Amino acid sequence: MGAAELHQHELHGAVLARVRAAIAHLADPEIPVVSLSELGILREVRTGADGVPEVVITPTYSGCPAMGQIEDDIVAALRDAGLPGRVVTQLSPAWTTDWMSEAAKDNLRAYGIAPPQCGSAPATSTGVLQFSRHAARLIDVPCPQCGSHNTTQTTHFGSTACKALYRCLDCLEPFDYFKPY
Amino acid sequence: MTTAEASAGAFVDYLLHLADNALVLGQRNAEWCGHGPILEEDLALANNSLDLIGQARLLYQHAADRINADALLAQRFAHLQGARQDGRVTEDTLAYFRDTAEFRNHTLMELPHHGPLVGYAVAERDYATTMARNFLVSALMVLVWDALKASKDTQLAAIAAKSLKEVRYHLQHASDWLVRLGDGTDESHARAQAAVDHLLPFCEAFWQPGPAERAAAQDGTGVDVLALREGWNTLVDETLTEATLSRHDQPHHGYVAQGHVGEHSEHLGFLLAEMQSLARAHPTAVW
Repeated sequence: MGAAELHQHELHGAVLARVRAAIAHLADPEIPVVSLSELGILREVRTGADGVPEVVITPTYSGCPAMGQIEDDIVAALRDAGLPGRVVTQLSPAWTTDWMSEAAKDNLRAYGIAPPQCGSAPATSTGVLQFSRHAARLIDVPCPQCGSHNTTQTTHFGSTACKALYRCLDCLEPFDYFKPY
Repeated sequence: MTTAEASAGAFVDYLLHLADNALVLGQRNAEWCGHGPILEEDLALANNSLDLIGQARLLYQHAADRINADALLAQRFAHLQGARQDGRVTEDTLAYFRDTAEFRNHTLMELPHHGPLVGYAVAERDYATTMARNFLVSALMVLVWDALKASKDTQLAAIAAKSLKEVRYHLQHASDWLVRLGDGTDESHARAQAAVDHLLPFCEAFWQPGPAERAAAQDGTGVDVLALREGWNTLVDETLTEATLSRHDQPHHGYVAQGHVGEHSEHLGFLLAEMQSLARAHPTAVW
């Protein structure tokens, strides 16, 4: 790498760092306690082929209505910081709750949402069969309020696509459960 | 037309088949929004529709990209002028501006939420029918998406990997309800059995792939659906047994529904009229 190229490279690096800093505070509009990066939605900040910074995001669920909002938030944050950049959506590798950091899970719990319990569902054909047969009843989801394991599922689909609704049989509080995906 | 051109056209038709299946069932299930038998199921069906419409959007976007990148294909879709962006076909062009005969979804997806009404019956929605259909379709789609993860088309493989995660929850939800209704009261059992008897013959169309499905299976972008038949039968038989319901659909002797090659039932036109009227009346409207 020549001196001029090296200088260019460092410049890009500095811009990307500023882009990362400008969007670091952004969160999922439905789950304001977890940042986009901790949730695994923010995949990468890179320099595009034309030299413009690109913020790469991936949707949680295919139809997640928050994606439009998240994209708008990123564009607005960059504009406010006077930075160039665009948002790129990529599908592969498919988002999984496995990418959620332990810190993010603690934040979820403190916010009243039970974090996903096990790894993502098995991907083999046998997994499809097992997953279809009352898997929900086999998963032990502790209550984020009182920690009791004596809980029951109220419904598979809760307030958003990514959550199920549970109820604690000890403290009697209903709570959201972030489903493994 | 060269083989490559024919193949590009067939692949777009295959994407539209998958997208139309998801969109039409998503639209049907959304009819329960505000009418669910209980609040939780109202939410569940709305979430189910959200997933399906999300999958449809990804597939339509992919189809639109393919159409815009190919002069011959662009010409084939030139009659669709609505919702274009800088003259290019968009997901909305494909969802809102094609007519009934251009849709490639299975007839099963467009059927109303009830079987044949007899006598003075006026019931418009039967939850057993909704759940039986979601079960039969999800049992197919877990297998289709699982196989399509290996599609030679990397974007379709990526869409499949996401959709598989979602349809697993749909299958779990629908099979739990089918067991609950089938192994429930005399009334719920009778209605679940009637729903299964009504819908199963429409599933016969799964195993008669159209030209686009066959072409995609052959060149590795699609899946040979006949190879999934045994797995589907296993899933269906296991759940029906647990639900104390029986199968009366084999061997199949009657008409095989042809929605996936564009010959639809009378129901799709009404569904599309409701879904497309706003976009057509106000083609430049934005949210």
